[in-house]
Amino acid sequence: MADLVITPPASSGPARAADWRALWIAPPLLVLAALFFYPLVLIAMQAFTSDAHTFTLDNFATVLHSRQFLSGLYHTISIAVLASSGCLVLGFVFSLVIAFVPFPGARLVGRLIDTFISLPTFLVALAFTFVYGSAGILNQSLMTAFHLTMPPVDFLYSQWGVVLSEVTVYTPFIMRPLLACFSQIETSQIEIASSLGARPLGIVRKIILPAALPALLAGGSLCLLLTVNEFGIVLFIGAKDVITLPMLIYDKAIQEFDYPTACVIAVINIALSLGLYGCYRAVVSLCGGRRAALD
Amino acid sequence: MANTIIMAPGPAQPASTMEASAARGASGIGFENVTVAYGNQTIVDSLTLTVKPGEIVALIGPSGSGKTTALRAVAGFVQPRAGRIVIGDRDVTHLPPYARNIGMVVQNYALFPHMRVEDNVAFGLRARHAGADAIRERVPECLGLVGMAKYAKRYPRELSGGQQQRVAIARALAIRPQVLLLDEPLSALDAQIRRSMVDEIGRLHRTLPSLTVLYVTHDQTEALTLANHIGIMRDGKLVAFGETQGLYRHPPNRFAAEFLGRANVLPAEQLEATDGGFARVRCADVVVAGRNHHGLAAGSACFVCVRPHDLRIEARSDSANRVAGVVRSVQWLGEQLSIVLEVGDSEIRLSQPPLARAPEPGSALTVYFDAADVTFVPEGDGHG
Repeated sequence: MADLVITPPASSGPARAADWRALWIAPPLLVLAALFFYPLVLIAMQAFTSDAHTFTLDNFATVLHSRQFLSGLYHTISIAVLASSGCLVLGFVFSLVIAFVPFPGARLVGRLIDTFISLPTFLVALAFTFVYGSAGILNQSLMTAFHLTMPPVDFLYSQWGVVLSEVTVYTPFIMRPLLACFSQIETSQIEIASSLGARPLGIVRKIILPAALPALLAGGSLCLLLTVNEFGIVLFIGAKDVITLPMLIYDKAIQEFDYPTACVIAVINIALSLGLYGCYRAVVSLCGGRRAALD
Repeated sequence: MANTIIMAPGPAQPASTMEASAARGASGIGFENVTVAYGNQTIVDSLTLTVKPGEIVALIGPSGSGKTTALRAVAGFVQPRAGRIVIGDRDVTHLPPYARNIGMVVQNYALFPHMRVEDNVAFGLRARHAGADAIRERVPECLGLVGMAKYAKRYPRELSGGQQQRVAIARALAIRPQVLLLDEPLSALDAQIRRSMVDEIGRLHRTLPSLTVLYVTHDQTEALTLANHIGIMRDGKLVAFGETQGLYRHPPNRFAAEFLGRANVLPAEQLEATDGGFARVRCADVVVAGRNHHGLAAGSACFVCVRPHDLRIEARSDSANRVAGVVRSVQWLGEQLSIVLEVGDSEIRLSQPPLARAPEPGSALTVYFDAADVTFVPEGDGHG
């Protein structure tokens, strides 16, 4: 009996291989920690540290009660919600047209949308100043045509200018998943719905919209996340009295050298972003699961 | 349930109107010189065809023959370049699909995946603003008609292919359509379920005898089993149309003979008319007697058409036609034996019940067939 017993070696081959694999993971983790987590930890520490270098929540209490912060939070959320809603409506309509109304160049338009996603966001703001700005084409034309002394169109330098720019920039983020979703809808379903007596709007409401809901929710959540953190457009538009949280952080840190306040607002902004990202992931996984179940 | 096919002209009618109009008779379908083209390519070429009320007409033909496009023109999914389409007494040529009052079933079922079975069936009724009571009454009625009443709460993904197709049929019937359009409805099903669904559709039509059905298929068994009339299309043209058995027994041209039932078609010459609607021709160096169903003139060239199952290897009468040849292949198909015989430059296929001793390939064989089973088909391939 004893002859049959085989004693395994103290350290097996696979276990040693696992140890080596752990070593491969260490360098990227170190780089990530040095470049990303450590600066974030510094910001958080600064936010929770008093002048006497002790832990405190006073900084948060001060910031949360300041009108400047509350105004920034209000602008951030209202602009993000308005822009995301605009993106959803515009993206849905555009995608419907591209996907279901055959016209020459539909594929080219689809590719242009992809290109638009790759452009820097502030370019749109720059382009808008050429078109809708005080000295832009629209105002100059109107002033010449109607002999006006002041530019009549001045929405660009308000909250609406920021919203319009963000809608223009982020609508493709809605359209891309929507177009992919629409390509999955069988034409025969739409035809059958039509033969059963449903009119075009009814088909959109009862057949296309339910199928597009996961893509709309995912795209809308992503838009909300991106618009909450949008900095370039707001800075470039330079709208008076439109201060968002990222702008407020910039002002406090760079203009006023008030790092503790900037860090507190940054921590709140991070919490807001992570919360929205959590919602986005939840929507994606929920809708992804539902879609898979439907298919 | 039977004889309740709607005749109302409008697309969106309240349930009360639907019920009232159900008492009226059935509607037919009329193609009047219908041409459908995409760019320079003509898909359906001057199609003229009438589907009488209460009939099942099958359109068959090879891929690209235009049969599905013709059906889609009735549904309103493609717009004819010329001609008129009539449903009942209404010219629907320029009406949108939702205004045509048709029911349609397609190959891939096209059930709405986010709706339960009952909501799928109720879809058309809701689109037509039918009342809640009418929907509550009509949905179980239609599901019961196709044997799916107990699956009302399920989603399409929870059903088999055959069950989904039954729901699709119930959905099409729920709106009491003037006509039912079936576009290869059984093609996605496996052979066994397809056979049972053919029986099911036949039973359904017996239950709803006034339902007019235009049935597009590439499966001639479905067409032969279900249709009162069959139309055969080729390259956008209707090359043959007739009562199902008549078309099978006496195809009007070579293409129809070969496409419907794979008849043996042999070139013949010097037709000589005889009494009683019969004629004689010279074919494969022998004289063949057969029906001159199409009234071909004496002396004209034609084809001899005889079905594989009408050929026998033993004579049933002294007057039977006979053709001698060499066996090229013998194939056992279970319930029948398929034998290919080389006769001069041509081939003849015959199907026989399984034989105790099958002929060997290469051996000489004489086949016999009655004059009543032979049709002389005029020259020409059925093209305009």
